[in-house]
Amino acid sequence: MASGMEIVLVGLNHRTAPVEVRERVSFTTEQAQRAAEELRARGILEETLVLSTCNRSEVYGVPPESSHECAPGLSSFLSEFHSVRPDVLRGSLYHHYDRDAVRHLFRVSAGLDSMLLGEAEILGQVREAYRFAHEHGATGPVLNRLFQGALEVGKRVRTETELGTRPMSVASAGVKLAERIFGKLHERSALVLGAGAISEQVVEQLRSRGIAHLFVMNRSRERAESLAQRFGGKVVPWGEWETALNGPDVVVASISAEEPVLQRELLARAMATRGNRALLLMDLGLPRNIEAAAADLYNVYIYNVDDLTDIVQQNRNARESEIPRAEAVVEEHVAKFLSWQASVELVGLVEELRSKLRSERGAFLSSRLETMNHLAAADIRRIESLMDDLLEKLLLQPAERLRGERELRRKIQSVEALRDLFLHDKEKS
Amino acid sequence: MTLSGEFETQCYERTGLTLARSPVLLNEMTHIPLLLTTLAYLLSLGSYLRFLYTGREFTGRLGTLLLALGVVAHYFALMGRARGLHTVPYHDLYGSMSLFGWLLAVIYLALELYHRQRSVGAFVLPFILVFFLAAHLAPADRLAPPPAHGLAFVFHVTLSILAYAAFALSFVFSLIFLAEARLLRNRTLGTVVWRLPSLELLDRMSQSSVLIGVVSITIGTVLGFVWVDRLTGQYSFYDSKYVITLFVLLLYIVYFWLARSAAWRGTRASKLCIFNFVIVVLSFTVVNLYISHSHRYF
Repeated sequence: MASGMEIVLVGLNHRTAPVEVRERVSFTTEQAQRAAEELRARGILEETLVLSTCNRSEVYGVPPESSHECAPGLSSFLSEFHSVRPDVLRGSLYHHYDRDAVRHLFRVSAGLDSMLLGEAEILGQVREAYRFAHEHGATGPVLNRLFQGALEVGKRVRTETELGTRPMSVASAGVKLAERIFGKLHERSALVLGAGAISEQVVEQLRSRGIAHLFVMNRSRERAESLAQRFGGKVVPWGEWETALNGPDVVVASISAEEPVLQRELLARAMATRGNRALLLMDLGLPRNIEAAAADLYNVYIYNVDDLTDIVQQNRNARESEIPRAEAVVEEHVAKFLSWQASVELVGLVEELRSKLRSERGAFLSSRLETMNHLAAADIRRIESLMDDLLEKLLLQPAERLRGERELRRKIQSVEALRDLFLHDKEKS
Repeated sequence: MTLSGEFETQCYERTGLTLARSPVLLNEMTHIPLLLTTLAYLLSLGSYLRFLYTGREFTGRLGTLLLALGVVAHYFALMGRARGLHTVPYHDLYGSMSLFGWLLAVIYLALELYHRQRSVGAFVLPFILVFFLAAHLAPADRLAPPPAHGLAFVFHVTLSILAYAAFALSFVFSLIFLAEARLLRNRTLGTVVWRLPSLELLDRMSQSSVLIGVVSITIGTVLGFVWVDRLTGQYSFYDSKYVITLFVLLLYIVYFWLARSAAWRGTRASKLCIFNFVIVVLSFTVVNLYISHSHRYF
């Protein structure tokens, strides 16, 4: 591949490096900018982009020479930049070149390389990293095209497949269920029983989905107040069930109790008071906090931790079944990018060939004309013009086909082989 | 002569219409729109089903686009036939059923765009298709049609059919609501439940279509009385159709009121909506065909 068109990627992620290593080589925004500037200033890369998230730190670049030759320098740079001994990084860093680097980025953007399959945040992080690098002039034609392709892949995978649409945790499954029943949660309220880690996860999800009112009830008022304060909720005194159950549309129970705290009788009374308004009860406690018999009450939906875990498992299976479709989108765009890359190179190759043929024509004519002194200057110009026309005619059709036929470009596997074939002498010289 | 017989005689005398035009099959005029409509509705149904199954946004949009094309082609099919018979599209059973299907499609399309929800298209399209095809396959009408003249009559019929189409739509939404609520209560969520609208949205969609229906049938009924008054000079002419129409109107007003109350909102309201539509179907079939003397198709 011609210099200035190759792509190199050096990085590490959650699969190759533990968090202790990942945190040492992560980049802040300022560091990413400084690293990009230094890499270009030192001549290691011509175009640079740093992608750094909590699960990965990757440097994408276009080297001035061969990508394979530049990779060791890039690894050393990372180690030097973060003041990490090279042996610490040795087993964690991966190097990808050209087609593999393109595929890797497109898979990252699609969420196929994420810790949580199909997660949505990575696409935003790729977009932000590209925007930042582009604004600071760190990218050029190759990385611009590459990252625009990556964003397109991410968008397509999320609209054309269900890789990222379904909840993958018990807390998010519960909140999605609430949305199945109540629609948007902007005008809804929730009561959280308990102030432990699970309650916090659910509260976080409810807040992220825009729940309007949040109430927390816990035996320890202090912990209830702490949770309520962090998420902008209100505390309801423990035991005031009649008041507490009158308002909310969603009740999340996650407390330690040997007997269910929400008995059927209590819930039946609450439903009568609230005029049988629909109520979703999420029982995340073990032993269960809500009496199972309450499931037959009108307009009551009860889900315990097993039900929600089943949903998560179904969703995980569903997401995994979407992988082939997402991979197909990735491959389609990899081929598209490589075709573009080849077209740019092939057009360059034709230009080089034209230049070489003209030079050969000049040398050829000079040697032959020495023995043809009878020719007038006008005749010589005429011969030169005819030979130029012939050369142009010979080059015109292949050049046009290379520009217009994607399939032909795909068939030409190695531009380098063509260069060797036609321009061998020139390169030797 | 019975009262209804007198009514019909008066109608025909005033309008000069003595016999129904022969229900000529105007294949030449309606053949292409008919094929296009069937094709567009079928493809739209296929796209909506695929959208429901795969969740691909593109197929949902394609379903909407094809439905819109079907609506346009259906319009030309209706108009072509009406022009051929030199009368209104709902002149006979064919036109009445076909217009019903068309209005069903139009209201659904409007609600889909308003609520930004495509996943119920797969459940509505079969109804539209059935009415469109059944209308085409319906036997030729041998009875004299009502005197279809005057703006009041035109709006009376169109608004009445629009109301029935809206009620049919609320019936479909209520069925989906009950099915989804049952799956959610039984904790047997499959793939499809995640793509259906939320229960709350289905409830709102059902109420929106009932609102369209109630407003249309109210205005349509008033215009019907106005038309009878102009035609016969009798404002208070009795027909069983009037009774059942007023009953239907009352039932839907009750539904509309109850569906907004906390105690009835949801499952109970949906069941009431389904019951109401059963009465509508009775009004459309038994009452029209065997009891009423002044209505047959709407």
